Formats: sequence, structure tokens, C-alpha cells
Amino acid sequence: MSVSSSSHHSDHSYILNSPGAMASRQRSSLRGTSSLSPVAPDQQYLSISVTDPVKLGMGVQAYISYRVTTKTNMEDYRGVEKMVIRRYSDFAWLHERLSEKYKGIFIPPLPEKSAVEKFRFSAEFIEVRRRALDVFLHRIASHPQLRFSEDLRNFLQADEEIWAMERARSQEGTLFKKKPSDFMQIFKDVQSKVSDVVLGKEKPLEESNPDYEKLKHYILELEEHLGESQKQAFRVVKRHRELGQALSEFGRAVKSLGDCEGGSLGKAFSGLGGRSEFLSYKLQNQAQDLLMNFEEPLKEYMRTVQSIKVVMGDRAQAFRQQQELSEATKLKEINLEKLRLVRPDRVAEAEIELREMRVQCDEATRRFEEIVKRMQKELVRFQEDKTHDLGLAFHDFAEGQAQLANDTADAWRTLLPDLESWSQVAENNGI
Amino acid sequence: MMNFEGGDSMESVNLDPGQQAYDYRSALSGTSLSGETHPLALSQEDFSLKEAHDPYVNSEEKSSIRNTGVDIAVEPPSYADAIFTPYMGGSGSLQELGGSSRSLYSSNGSVEFITITVNHPQKEQENGSSLVPGANTFFTYLIITQTNMPEYGGTDFTVRRRFRDVVALADRLAEAFRGYFIPPRPDKSIVESQVMHKLEFIEQRRLSLEKYLGRLANHPVLRKSEELRIFLQSQGKLPLTPSIDMASRMLDGAAQLPRQLFGESSVMIPQEASQPAKGGRDLVRLFKEMKQSFTNDWGSAKPLVVEEDKEFLEKKEKLQDLEHELNEASQQAELLVKAQQEDGEVVGELGLALIKLAKFEIEEATQSAQKVHALDLKRIATAAVKASRFYREANAQSVKHLDHLHEYLGMMQAVHAAFYDRSNALLTLQTLLSDLSSMNNRVEKLSAASSKVFGGDKSRNRKIEELKESIKVTTEACELSQKEYDQIKERNRAEFNRFESERQRDFFYMLKGFIHTQVGYAEKIAHVWKKVADEANESPNKALDLPISGSVAIS
Repeated sequence: MSVSSSSHHSDHSYILNSPGAMASRQRSSLRGTSSLSPVAPDQQYLSISVTDPVKLGMGVQAYISYRVTTKTNMEDYRGVEKMVIRRYSDFAWLHERLSEKYKGIFIPPLPEKSAVEKFRFSAEFIEVRRRALDVFLHRIASHPQLRFSEDLRNFLQADEEIWAMERARSQEGTLFKKKPSDFMQIFKDVQSKVSDVVLGKEKPLEESNPDYEKLKHYILELEEHLGESQKQAFRVVKRHRELGQALSEFGRAVKSLGDCEGGSLGKAFSGLGGRSEFLSYKLQNQAQDLLMNFEEPLKEYMRTVQSIKVVMGDRAQAFRQQQELSEATKLKEINLEKLRLVRPDRVAEAEIELREMRVQCDEATRRFEEIVKRMQKELVRFQEDKTHDLGLAFHDFAEGQAQLANDTADAWRTLLPDLESWSQVAENNGI
Repeated sequence: MMNFEGGDSMESVNLDPGQQAYDYRSALSGTSLSGETHPLALSQEDFSLKEAHDPYVNSEEKSSIRNTGVDIAVEPPSYADAIFTPYMGGSGSLQELGGSSRSLYSSNGSVEFITITVNHPQKEQENGSSLVPGANTFFTYLIITQTNMPEYGGTDFTVRRRFRDVVALADRLAEAFRGYFIPPRPDKSIVESQVMHKLEFIEQRRLSLEKYLGRLANHPVLRKSEELRIFLQSQGKLPLTPSIDMASRMLDGAAQLPRQLFGESSVMIPQEASQPAKGGRDLVRLFKEMKQSFTNDWGSAKPLVVEEDKEFLEKKEKLQDLEHELNEASQQAELLVKAQQEDGEVVGELGLALIKLAKFEIEEATQSAQKVHALDLKRIATAAVKASRFYREANAQSVKHLDHLHEYLGMMQAVHAAFYDRSNALLTLQTLLSDLSSMNNRVEKLSAASSKVFGGDKSRNRKIEELKESIKVTTEACELSQKEYDQIKERNRAEFNRFESERQRDFFYMLKGFIHTQVGYAEKIAHVWKKVADEANESPNKALDLPISGSVAIS
């Protein structure tokens, strides 16, 4: 298996749902954003690649910028090909926007924010991050809903000045703008607590759905197992590198010993040393391969599980909101009846409030149900992707190990006939 | 650490009679790892399979092993088990059942062998010891010898010895066999024994004693020595007197000094004179030799005899280089082995983690495609665990092979000692010659002065007579010293050649063994992975999106 750590696009062949595969998929929840679809859904392609990391800025302000190249025939996109420059925080912005707007969908995960300071600009870290960003956009582009996101379009197309403006604007918005329902929510929280006491009722805070419970357990356990596997995979990468280092040093020392010994024995030692150094090189390659094509996919699915947990959180919150609004509605109804008897002058007002409340409640219910429905589809998709992607990663792992072992056997085996003849020469010299 | 079955005797192997003299090999079978409670340890099944294929497994009859080089058709792991233990083999470490077997050709062409095992350490107490119980305890070791050497007058001997006895043996050998490359004895390791757990220390010492005696038994000259025979044979307390410690020697020397200074016993026994001035025993002589060595280094006049053997100096330099390289290689070998071990371990641990993941996914699978892939994963994970086991085995073998590097590094000590013997002997000779020279000068001067006195000078003449006596003795001593020096030089030369040829042989064996092991195990490991990868190849796209009955539906 070849190690392709190139920075060209789409080297993540392990990902199932690339646009080209769309035709063979049975899921067809593709919704066009406009009634005019110049291109048939199964003919659409959106191909994005993240390449050419470049260090910009100085000192503390230094950062890495990436080239994001888009090729598409989807409408709402200007032109077939576009290239922009983006940095990590831009990707983070996109991720946040999508998370806000597409509740219930497992937003593809971002690679982690940078860890240790001095590691931030190491070649390996940059390459790993670049790939992860590439996968991130690829997954968005393959997602039946997310690919139509307007934020995505802006991200992929906006020129520098426009982009800067767009980001500034949206940042302000999120700071100060709050949806009316949020304010209502705060108000209602207070109300509900009071009504609890009044009604003497237990308010259900969580769904009592046994299947969903099972699912939650599944996700948590999966997280554990994936985490453990990823940790071990990392250790294998590390030890492979260390072994490679040791082989190299050993080879060097043995060659030196061979020079000292001279004669046939010297040649034999040189042979040993040379093979060791060769195997060291192979091992380092294998370690790199493992890092990119085994550990990284495991890590990526760990992050995906995190994003599933976020959605689970959103679902729980939506459920709570719906329950609370439902409670509040009931209270209003009770209140209204009371008012009819006691304060008829207040009835009209109360009726309006009740109507508004009902609208709110319906809205909350709609939102909750949408999340549930989306989750269902997302989970099917997740399982398919995971099965395929990790299956491939594991399979490649086995192939890689087999190849390494074969290379090792070959390298040593080729030394044997020479070793035999050298030892024969030594014996014949009557030593 | 391997577990040992104490007391089992080892099979020795007869040679193919077509060998030259001094061309000795013994092929020992390495039994596989035993009883380790590692989660990745061999199962019983693996163990018995290996034995079945191993042509060199312990058998009661003495099989003759063809030493015709490596047969590549032989399944490598079993070849690797048949570890060729050459001269410096350190056999104790190479086979778990203890014992060091050596076979040599005697001068009349028959095969001689001697097998020495060290076992059963036992705590004993010094007799008539103090009021404090537990004081003066020491350990003894059971030493069992089997041999057909005629000098021993018997075939089996068993004695109990303590470490002090070994020190005595080593010291006596060093005195009696100057110039030979005498294998260094195990260290006293006082500090370590305090730090280490007692049992571990005792076991390490037992092992190192066995190795040491094995090396002695392998040395064509030392194996015939009285000292070794006495050590191995005589019951009860060891009749070899240990070397006198420095303190009492100094006292001895101090006692002698006044007599020497007052000119009384200026007569030395020539034999003693030709021996090195043991520290303290002969202070005057020690000072003289020191003075001589300063003269050699800083004096303007050349000493009367110098180390002229260019060949020797070249060889010495080459050995110094060799030592340096060996040291480096030995260190790197240790690091390599350690890295290999750790690498193998993590692969196994990854396998275990993936097995857990696979089992989990198998249980929770809602689609048959998931289940198929999870089963694939389980197979891959199991392969990782298997591969890890093989890594461990391969590594254990590598340790044994690469041990030869450490062994030869240890032997450099013996080489240094032998060269030191030579320079000491030279120094003694130089000192004596210088003495002789100065005595002759004094006689001349006295004679000249005496002849000027009319009628002779009674006191001077007396002195001249005395000097002439001394000169006679010293001349004898010079001759003996010269003989000793020549003998040591010859021994150095012969030993050097033997060292060269044995080192060549041993290192070739090491390389062959090591590489065969690597090839064999790499092939095994590749096979394990390939099988699993191929199986996975067949299944991936059989994915039918069928729900599995009774599984959890996602809500």
C-alpha cells in the first residue's frame, strides 16, 4: 500500500460518500434550493480540496493559511472553479454556523485547536491538520443537506474583503442578536418552576424512550472503544518510530564494527548494518502511513462521536423546551377558564396570549420532531460511513503490516547467500 | 527472566569426527519460553506444535549435528532454536536447563568433553560464628561436573562452593597462567546486592558462575589446569589459598623491609624474582620497578630491553579499536532489543483494544454489513495479537544471538590482563637488567679504587665479593625472567590467534543465527497478516443493507 501524504485533493479514498458515488446511493433526500435545477441531482458535483499550507504573519500573530479550491456545477455557485485563502478560524466559523442552523445533523468535526505552542508549526502537525480540514469540507460537500448551505457557499467563494466583512457581521450578530423565543424561554423557565409547585406534577426532563436510551449507551460505549483504539494506535506509531531509530543506530554501529574487523567478517557486518538501515527507513514510512491512514481516521470518528453528542444535547434541550412550553400552554388554558368566570374583561387578552403560546408550543414541537427525524437518518448514514471507512482503514492496516513483514523477510533473506559464502571464505582461510 | 528447571542436566553433543583440532561446536537446543503469565503468552497448543517441528529438541541420545552451514530449507524458527554455542557462547543463557557443555579434541584425537552445571543455591552459616544469629551467612552453589577427561580420573563430581572460592580460583589462575586470555570472573557486586532483591541477585550470580566455569572449560589450556580440577573435584573446603588481601601483604612487605634495608637478605630466590612484585609483598622491589618504569617513560637512556615486536603493537592497537567498536555495537544492540520488545508489545495491546471494539460492534450491529465488517476487524485484531507473540519470541531469540557481542566485549578484559602480564614481565626484566648493570658498574668502580690501594683494600674487596654473589643470583633471576617474558609473549601470540579465529567463527554464527531468526519470524508474521487481509478482501462489498432480527432499531 502506497503512502500518499500528498497535499492534493481527495486522497481520502476511504470515505464512502464522495459525490461520484452519489449515483449509486439509494438515499435521495436531495432538495434543491430553488425550483429551477439546471443540473439533475445525480449529475451535481461539488468537489473541494484544501492544499498548500503557508505560514503567514510574524511572531505571536503567525498563523497558517490554506488554499481552498472548489470545483462545482451546482447552481447558486458562481462559475465552475474557484480558489480562496482561508485559515483555521474561518473553518471554525463555518462549523459553528452549520451547528446553529442544522440542528439534528451530525456536523462533520474539525481537527482540534492547536495544542502545544512549539508543535503548532511542525510539518507533521500542519499536514495532519490540512488533511483533516480537507476531509471536513469533503464531508460537508457530500452531505445531502449541508452541501446546499449558504454559509458554505460564502466560505468557498467570498473574496478576501467580502469575506472579512461577512465574518465581522456575523460575529456581531451572534453577540447581540437573540431570537425572541430565547427571551420567552427564560421567562417561561421561571413560570414553569412555579407551576410545578402549583400543579404538583413531576416535569419530565428527559425522554423516556427505551430505544433512544439504548442509542445513547451505544454512543457512549463506542466513544470509549474508539478512544482506546486510537490511543493504542498512537502508541504503535510512536514505537514504530523508536524502533526505526534504534535500527538505524544499530546499523551504523555494526557497519563501523565491520570496518574495524575487515575481511569477510567485515563484509558480513556491513551487510547486516546496511539491511538494518534499510529496514529503519521502511519502518519510518510505515509509521507515517499508520499515522495518516489508521490513527487519523480513528481520531476523526472520535470527533464525529463528539458531534453526535452535541446533537444529543440539542435534542434534549429541544425536548425540554417543548415540554415546558406544553406545560405553560396548559396553564394558560386553565387560567383562561378561570378568567372567564372571574375577570371577563381580561379574557380577550388571555385568549391572544394563549394563541401565541400555542404557536410557540407548536414551533417547539416541530423543532423537536425535526431533530428526531434528522437524527434517525443521520445515524443510518453514520453507521454506513463508519463501517466502510474504518473497515478500509483496518484492512489497509493489515495490508501495511503484511507488506512491512514481507519487506523485512526479503531484506534479511537476500543477505543469507552472501553470508554463507563469506563465512565459507573465512573458514577456507584457515582462520 | 526465564524460569529454570534446576538440576536438570544438559545433553552434550558429540562432534562430527571430520573436524580439525580445536574446531569445537556444541549445538544446544533452546526450549521455548515457559510459564510466563503474560496476556499474550503462548498457548499450550503453540508450544507443542513448535516442539514437534523442532529437530533439535532435547533427546536422550546424543545426536550428531551436522555442522555444514545453514540449510535454508529448514524451518527457520527451529533452526534458530538450534543455537550454535561456540567458544564464548555463554551457554548458560542460551539454554534454559542450565549447564555448559564443551567438547574438545585432545592431542590423541579423541573427543573430550566437560559439562559443568551450577544449581541449588543454599544459605549457610559460618562455623563458630558470633553471638548474633544470622551473621556471617553466605550462599553456596552446587557444582556438578561430568567429563571424560583422563586428568579427572572419574566421570561425575559434585561439590559445593561459595563465591569466595571462585575468587580464589580466578586469582590462582591469573598467577599461574600469565599471558593467557583468561576469562574474567563474575563481579563481586557488593553494592548491587544491597539494592537488588536477594533472590534475583542469587539467581544472577548462579547464572554468571555457570557461564564463567563454562568459559574456563572451553579454554584449551585452562580446562587442563590443576586449579580448575581441584575446584571442581575436591570435597570440603577448597584447598586453593585465596590471594592474600592487600593489607596483609603490605604488612608482610613492611616486615621484610627493615631486613632488606639493612642489607641482610639481599639474596632473592630467583624464582621469586621472576614473578611480579606483588603489591606490598616486596616493597623494595616494587619501588625499584616503579623507578624503572619512570626511567622508561621519562629517562633519556633507553631501557635495555624494549617492546620491539611491531606485530604485537599493531595487534594491540587493532584490539583497542575493536573494543571501542564492540562497545558501541553492544550498546546499540541492547537498545535495539529493547525497542523491538516495546514495539511488539504495543501491537499486541492495539490488537486487544480492537478486539473489544469488534466484539462491541458485533453485538450492537443493526445491519449485516456492520456485522461482517466487525467480524473482519476481530480477525485483524486477533492477527495483531498473534503477530505480537511472534515479535516477542523473535526478540527473545535475538537477545541470545546478540549476546555474543556482549560476551566478546567482556573478553576484552581478559585481553587487557594478558597484555598487562606481558608489560609487567617486561618491566621486571628491565628492572633486573638495570640492577645487574648497576651492580656491574659498582664492581668495576670498586675494583678500580681497590687496585689503587697498596696491598689490596680489605673492605672494598669484601664488598666486591658480596656484589659478585648478588650478581650471580641476579643473573640467574634475569635468565628466568627472560624465560618468563618470552613465554608470556608466546602465549600472547597464540592466544591472539585463537581469539581471532574464534571470534570470526562466533560472529558468523551470531550473524547467521540472528538473520535466520529475523527471516523466519518475519515470514510467519507476514503470513498471519496476509491471511487476514485476504479474508477481508473477500467480504467488504457483500454489504446488504439488511437489518438483523432482534437488534435495536434506531429511533
